[in-house]
Amino acid sequence: MTELAIEIRGLRKVYRSGFLRRAYVALNDLDLDVRSGEVLGYIGPNGAGKTTTIKMLMGLNLPTAGTVKLLGRPLSDRTVRRRIGFLPERPYFYDYLTAQEFLHFYGTLHGMAKADRQRRIDELLPLVHMERARHVQLRKFSKGMLQRVGVAQALINDPDLVVLDEPSSGLDPMGRMLIRDIILGLKERGTTVMLASHILSDVEEICDRVAIVAGGELRQVASVSDLVGHKVQSVEVRVTGLDDDTVAKLAPQGHRVTPQGRTVIEVETIDLANMLARDVLAAGGRLISVVPRRESLEQLFVDEIEAIERVDREKP
Amino acid sequence: MIIYAIALNTFREAVRDKILYTLLFFALLMIAGSGVAADLTIGEYDKILRDLGLAAINLFGVAIAIFVGIGLVYKEIERKTIYTIASKPVARWQFLVGKYLGLVVTLGAEVCVMGVGFLLLLIVAQGQLSLGLVAAIWLTWIELLVITAIAILFSCFSTPTLSALFTVAITLIGRMTSGFKDIAASADAPGLETLANIAYRVVPDLQTYNIRSEAAYGKVIEWEFVAYATGEGLLWVAVLLSLGSIIFQYRDFK
Repeated sequence: MTELAIEIRGLRKVYRSGFLRRAYVALNDLDLDVRSGEVLGYIGPNGAGKTTTIKMLMGLNLPTAGTVKLLGRPLSDRTVRRRIGFLPERPYFYDYLTAQEFLHFYGTLHGMAKADRQRRIDELLPLVHMERARHVQLRKFSKGMLQRVGVAQALINDPDLVVLDEPSSGLDPMGRMLIRDIILGLKERGTTVMLASHILSDVEEICDRVAIVAGGELRQVASVSDLVGHKVQSVEVRVTGLDDDTVAKLAPQGHRVTPQGRTVIEVETIDLANMLARDVLAAGGRLISVVPRRESLEQLFVDEIEAIERVDREKP
Repeated sequence: MIIYAIALNTFREAVRDKILYTLLFFALLMIAGSGVAADLTIGEYDKILRDLGLAAINLFGVAIAIFVGIGLVYKEIERKTIYTIASKPVARWQFLVGKYLGLVVTLGAEVCVMGVGFLLLLIVAQGQLSLGLVAAIWLTWIELLVITAIAILFSCFSTPTLSALFTVAITLIGRMTSGFKDIAASADAPGLETLANIAYRVVPDLQTYNIRSEAAYGKVIEWEFVAYATGEGLLWVAVLLSLGSIIFQYRDFK
C-alpha cells in the first residue's frame, strides 16, 4: 500500500455564476496529505471549502487547477474508485429501493459479483443496525436510518479509503455513537478515513490529525494530540482524608469540597500536580483522581477561526 | 454491467412510479375511444379506427418520452442522487447511456402495452391485422428513441422547463423538416436557402418514422425502408447521446 492515501497539490476551484460569470474562489491552492491508515478530520466553518474539496476528490467537480492522487493513482484513473467509499453530506438516495436492493445497486457499480455483494450486505446491515429494515423501501426510512444505510453503501466495497462528509449530521446520540464506533472500527483495520464534521468532540475523539480550512484556504494541519495535548490549562486533583489545616497548607491558592466530601485542588501544571500528589500521600491523605483539563478542540477551533477572521478584517 | 445496473434501476423507478400508469391508462382509454369515434364517422370506419389508434399511441408515447426524458438527468443532479453514483467507478457516459436505456426499455414496454391493446381492438372490430400496422408501431418507438435522446441532451445542461421547451420545439421542427427542404429548393434568397438547408440537416427528420397513414390505408410497407429508418434513428441516438456525454463530462455537480 502506498504511504499517502490522498495527495493534494495546489488544488484550486473557482466557480462562476450569474449572467456576467462572476468568479468565486471556493478553494485556493490547497496542499494536503492524508497518510495511509490514519483518520484525518477536515474541519472548518460553513463555506470554508470542505465540501468543495471532497467533491473534487470524488470526481463530482472538476478542479480549476492542481493535482490529486488517491491511493497513489491520479484522479482521472476511475478504477481506483473501486477501493474508495464515500458518503456525501445530507445524502439523497433512490427511495423506491429497499435497503437490500439499494446496497446491491451500489455493489454492482463497484463491479462486485452477486455472491460478494450479498455477503457484504449480510455483514453491513447488522453493523449499521438496519437488519430489520432489509426489505423496507427507503421512502419509509427516518433521516437517521437513511444516514446509516448511507454509511453502509460507503462501505459496500470494503474500501481502503473512506471519505465521509458530515456522517453524523441529523443523528441522535445513539446514531452518533454508532458512526463513531464504525469509524473507530475502520481505523483498527487500517482503513484511511477522511472525515469532514462540525461535531468537534467526535473529531477530537476519533481523529489522528486535523486539517483546519477557512475562507477556501488550509490554515493548519496538526495531530490532535499536538493541538489539544500541549495545552493543559489546569490539573484537578481530588483527595480525601486530610484535615483542614493540611489542606490549607497544601493549597494556599484555595480549594473546594464536593458534596461527597472530596477535596478538589486545582494546580496549573502536571508537574505541580505530581508534587501535590506526593505531599498528599506524605500527609496521610488518599488520592482519588488526577484529571488534566485540556483546551478542547472546539475551543481551539473557535479561537483559530476568530483569529483568522480578525486578520481578514484588518486586511486593506 | 454498470450500464445494465443503471438501466435496470431507471426502469425500476419508472415501474414503481404511479404517474406512468395513469398516462398508460389514459392512452388505452383513448385507443378504446377511437373505436367509438370511428363509429361516429360516415364511411372509412376501418381507416379512421386505425388512424386514431396509431395517433393515440404516438401522442402518448411522445408525451411520456418528453415528460420523463427531460427530468431524467436533471432530477439526479437536483436530488443529489448522482453524488453517490458519479463517485463510484462509473464513467459519466455510462451513467447517461444507462439512464437512457432504462427509459427506452420503459417506453418499449409502454408502446408494447398500447400496441397490443390497439391490435386486440382491431381484431375484435375488424377481425384482421396487417403487418404494416406493426411496422408503424415499431417506427413510432424508433421516433420515441430519438425524441428521448433529444430530451436527455437538453436535460444534461438545462432545467426541466427549458428542456421541455427545447425538446417540444425540436420535435415540432423535426416533423416539418421536409418543409425546410422544399423552402431551400424554392428560395430565391441565398441566405434563406442556406438556413433552410442547415435546419434540414441539423434537426432529425421525424417524419421519416411516420408511416401511420400508409399503414392505416393498408398500403404495402417496404421492409427495406423500415430497416433504413431504424438505422437512421439509431444513428441519431448515437450522435445525440455522444453530444450529451461530452457536455455531461465537463459538468460540475453543485
